[in-house]
Amino acid sequence: MAEATMTTTPSAVAGREGSDVLLDVRNVTQEFVLRNHGGVKGGILRAVSDVSFQMRHGETLGVVGETGSGKSTLARSVLQAPPPKAGEVIFRGKDLTKLHRKELLAMRQHVQMVFQDPPASLDPKWKVTQIVEEPLLAFGYGDRAKRRARVAELLELVGLDPRLHGGRKARELSGGQCQRVAIARAIALHPELIVCDEAVSSLDVLVQAQVLNLFERLRAELGLSYLFIAHDLALVKQVSDRVLVLYLGKLCELGPADDMFKAPAHPYTLALLASVPSPDPNAGRPETNRVISGELPSPLNPPSGCRFRTRCPRAEERCAAEEPQLRFVGPGHQVACHFPLVETPVAAPTTNGTGRL
Amino acid sequence: MVDGLQLDGAAGAPRGGTMTAARDGRGGGGPLLEVTDLHVRFRQRGRQVFAVNGLTYKIAASSTLAIIGESGSGKTVASRAIMGLLPVTAEVTGSVRYAGRELVGAKERDLRRLRTNDIAMVFQNPERSLNPTMRIGPQIAEAIRLHMDLGRKAAHERTVDLLRRVRLPSPERRYFEYPHQLSGGMRQRVMIALALSCQPKVLIADEATTALDVTTQAQIMDLLLELQAELGMALILISHDMGLAASYTEEVIVMYAGRAVEHAATKELFSNVRMPYTRALLDAIPRVDAPSHTVLPMIEGRPPDLSIRLPGCSFAPRCPDVQDDCRQAIPTLTELEDGHEFACFHPCGGGNG
Repeated sequence: MAEATMTTTPSAVAGREGSDVLLDVRNVTQEFVLRNHGGVKGGILRAVSDVSFQMRHGETLGVVGETGSGKSTLARSVLQAPPPKAGEVIFRGKDLTKLHRKELLAMRQHVQMVFQDPPASLDPKWKVTQIVEEPLLAFGYGDRAKRRARVAELLELVGLDPRLHGGRKARELSGGQCQRVAIARAIALHPELIVCDEAVSSLDVLVQAQVLNLFERLRAELGLSYLFIAHDLALVKQVSDRVLVLYLGKLCELGPADDMFKAPAHPYTLALLASVPSPDPNAGRPETNRVISGELPSPLNPPSGCRFRTRCPRAEERCAAEEPQLRFVGPGHQVACHFPLVETPVAAPTTNGTGRL
Repeated sequence: MVDGLQLDGAAGAPRGGTMTAARDGRGGGGPLLEVTDLHVRFRQRGRQVFAVNGLTYKIAASSTLAIIGESGSGKTVASRAIMGLLPVTAEVTGSVRYAGRELVGAKERDLRRLRTNDIAMVFQNPERSLNPTMRIGPQIAEAIRLHMDLGRKAAHERTVDLLRRVRLPSPERRYFEYPHQLSGGMRQRVMIALALSCQPKVLIADEATTALDVTTQAQIMDLLLELQAELGMALILISHDMGLAASYTEEVIVMYAGRAVEHAATKELFSNVRMPYTRALLDAIPRVDAPSHTVLPMIEGRPPDLSIRLPGCSFAPRCPDVQDDCRQAIPTLTELEDGHEFACFHPCGGGNG
């Protein structure tokens, strides 16, 4: 599967300029051992199983999935917090999983993270300037005057007034302002990749639009790449070039955002899309019952074969017996399903021989 | 006082009797819940916060209403005021009439009888609304026994029946499970079962599906609407999600800074937006069907500080269509078209703006 992904990805982003790979995630698996009372091993929770994808410079990859799909775990595995149990995370040509502590620390300035709960991710008693200056101090950036100038520059960049907001404490800021400070802190060291874990999910619609537009502006101005995790599909669509769909730790579908949302190939992607209520007065109610049923199975004991089969309306015997492999259904559009919704798999690079037709 | 007595008298009768009486007394088309000029003011450390400023609406049995707005718009406070669930620092004025009885100023023990029996609420966070140390079945059975004249065994049966009704898988077994053993969606189903336990006539769902995944949200909303139709309940859906309001309700109120700024039938409101604030909200939502990297039209600024009373429209400082008169007088919610009310001097849409 690793080969498949690797050989195929160039076509996924064909036509992009400067198409060198920024991040190459190969067969990453993350497990957690659950322990009962007295430290007795209670089972192994496989949060992420064998996920591979690549990201180019300046690209935004969206990750969607329900609670428990492993999207946050995947992001943390990329950041080596904690490192994955198996697989490789190659960032800027180096395998992060094999780096020593000091090398990893140095590498961290190139990968930053913006968290979900803005007020909780900042120390409420710290001043805004202190928060933004901290990464500069940690990595020995310039002298005091230089750091101050950089902090002011960063605050301007995220739309805060250094004179007005700089002296405030984090607890005195609104949610949207907190998120701007968190973003300023994240971009302080000129990172190349920012991992956004539900970064705008807790904000009100109007503030969310402001922060989303800020993300877009910074991407254009600073050439950032985002690994953008959210459960809201419309949000992910808005910011992403490509989207990755996870279900119970398995990659279901990966492809260009516009193509995938227009014609989803995996029944799970369709279920997610069909469940989003639309503000269009003529759209009618989401018809979720037709496309998905039941509850998410326990990740401790995932279903055999295709993990989605217990909730899938198209499931057949084969889905229980055989695990679907990733294959192409369009340019750069891969799906792991025996019976994808897109009828004619593209003749071009078919992978592992499971291609139907 | 008088109203309290009335309530008392009704509650003194056998439980089942009260409910039928209430039902019969109401008749067919009249409003079940009528909120008139509701004001809620909080006093804290010598400061006043005007959280709700003159909210008026009514809802009939078997109908659905969405109240939408951002955080701090007063949508939750207004609903809690109806239920009498606000802290003592809140000063509630105006009138809330449920089936002819006045609830503002009613005694706590009368309100307690009213809650769950007549008006029930489903909250956003099922984890915080359930007792983590108590099995879910007994939690519901306890509520039933407090509000209805039922024995232990009958309450147990009714609970299992309710759990089955909200489609909790294997309800007999789940009865004895603790909240932490259930998933978020299942816990929300339990909360709905709890809210429905005494057959309320009004159900207030306060961001009831916000914490859930989209697929679970759609399942829970389908369930709520199905039960609402089946039991003839009035459903008030409080949410920040325009899509939810558009998909699941018949009528929508948009709130901003403690006031209703637009109120219309759902189809009418979403196809013919008049209030610039509603327009801004709708424009700011990312759409599944829009291409990636679309620049979202947005407005700057923040909702106003509710401790200061502006002489004009509270949306004026952020409004793209603001004119001089907006800052001088508060536009009232008036019906300028058939059934479509909005509080704006220079509405967008209909040629005026």
